[in-house]
Amino acid sequence: MTQIAISLNQVVVAYQSQPVLWNVSADIYKGKLTALIGPNGAGKSTLIKAMLDLHPPVAGSVSFSAAGKTDAAYSEVKKAIAYVPQKSSVDWSFPTTVLDVVVMGRYGHLGWFKRPRKHDIQLAEEMLEKVGMEAFKDRQISQLSGGQRQRVFMARALAQQADIYILDEPLAGVDIKTERIIMQLLRELVLEGKTVMVVHHDLQTVEEYFDEVVFLNRQIIAAGPTEITFTEGNIEETYRKEQTVQSGVSER
Amino acid sequence: MLVEIRLIAVIVAVACALPGVFLVLRSLTMMSDAITHTVLLGIVLAFFITQDLNSPLLMIGATLMGVATVWLIETLQRTKLLGNDTAIGIVFPLFFSIAIILITRYAGDVHLDADSVLMGELAFAPFRRLTLFGMDLGPKSLWTMSVILALNAAFIGVFYKELKLTTFDPAFAAAVGFSPALLHYGLMTLVSLTAVGAYDSVGSILVVGFMVGPALTGYLLTNRLKQMIGIAVLAAVINSLIGIELAFLLDTSLAGMAAVVTGVTCLLAFLFSPEKGWIKKAALRRKQKREFYTWLEKEGIH
Repeated sequence: MTQIAISLNQVVVAYQSQPVLWNVSADIYKGKLTALIGPNGAGKSTLIKAMLDLHPPVAGSVSFSAAGKTDAAYSEVKKAIAYVPQKSSVDWSFPTTVLDVVVMGRYGHLGWFKRPRKHDIQLAEEMLEKVGMEAFKDRQISQLSGGQRQRVFMARALAQQADIYILDEPLAGVDIKTERIIMQLLRELVLEGKTVMVVHHDLQTVEEYFDEVVFLNRQIIAAGPTEITFTEGNIEETYRKEQTVQSGVSER
Repeated sequence: MLVEIRLIAVIVAVACALPGVFLVLRSLTMMSDAITHTVLLGIVLAFFITQDLNSPLLMIGATLMGVATVWLIETLQRTKLLGNDTAIGIVFPLFFSIAIILITRYAGDVHLDADSVLMGELAFAPFRRLTLFGMDLGPKSLWTMSVILALNAAFIGVFYKELKLTTFDPAFAAAVGFSPALLHYGLMTLVSLTAVGAYDSVGSILVVGFMVGPALTGYLLTNRLKQMIGIAVLAAVINSLIGIELAFLLDTSLAGMAAVVTGVTCLLAFLFSPEKGWIKKAALRRKQKREFYTWLEKEGIH
């Protein structure tokens, strides 16, 4: 029996008056690569933010099994969770270097006040090598292409040395080379027994890349192993729901 | 006395430039503009309570008002009922005009007049002395601004890593346990305090220039945060010294001239920065255009 790494239990999230996510319950398994799939506005990023306490749910709970703890709240295990936000969410003209950004992956372990040590910088350099960006370590981050930026974010997540990796659209707008590097690294992570959850948008590659799939559109449509769950019917239901929600709104 | 004026000017400029670096990087320059004006309401209200222009309560009241301004603007922004700029545009003139009305109506006979608050007067700063047991310790504003400068430097020194992370990637920062809100309000408290401290030497309008100008110069000239801070400090020192010399020469407002020089340095950096400069970019475009046409000719395409 596979262990559960993340357990979502009747999660409800709201912005303003409208609930964005309704009664979301799902389990994410340890040592598996899980895709979170749904149309735009389905609440995928919102669900991730709710899991990471960035936008706490109004009801329900999220628990993690990581860092030797089981059923722990996010705040108890945050050092064992790596997060990759959408690359469009930050200002890439910020005056800093590629290496500096990867070292930021160590900040959580360092805690307040402590400065990164030699060990942290060496680790960051190793991770840059893994994503094939070691030649760029002293570059200013604005000079990078979209794919390179995503690889820098991937290296930063690796530098977190976590048990659970949560990535928001890591393959959006990246080149083939970057996509291959990122997927190979994620595959290596799950082989080491880590848990990886990825917000994914490309239905073509789901079967090739992921062990598990969670279909989300405001609520869970279906969840389970890719070979059983990734069906024509579930895809249709997930993507059709958007239209019914929209027409429901416009009728009012 | 002329030495004292220069010293005060340099210290005010550096004290403003330090938090300015993070205001520029966080796109909060308009917010700082609002703060530097609304602190006046805090000063006025605290003055009505204490009836003493030298009371330290004035400074505390003003700082609190600055933080309250940030909170109110951000609360309005969060409702999504109005744009981010609109929220600033509503709160700041409201607080500021109340302050001006209160000053002109009730505080007309004390030093607290609208002109000196808006414009400040660096030349008069050395006349207000700090005395202890009958001993003259120097101009009061030199002491206040030195303490504020030390606080700003300490804050950035101690929280350098945290400020950098929450400025660059707030969501990630929050996820790994560094509260962006905590650092944001820490920074805004210092911006308010700096604005209050600087208002009687340079006035509330020019404070913004001293905060934004040197920081922007640093931003245009480098791609490293530490260097940006260094350049901002250096620009602040040079700007204020040149500004004061020019003001003496032309017999005009000291702070005003320093602000003009700050603007000029910024413009020079914008035009001539070796990497981000306008001229460099224009030259690069022309070169690329030329290369394209040479290629067209070589290929025989017309």
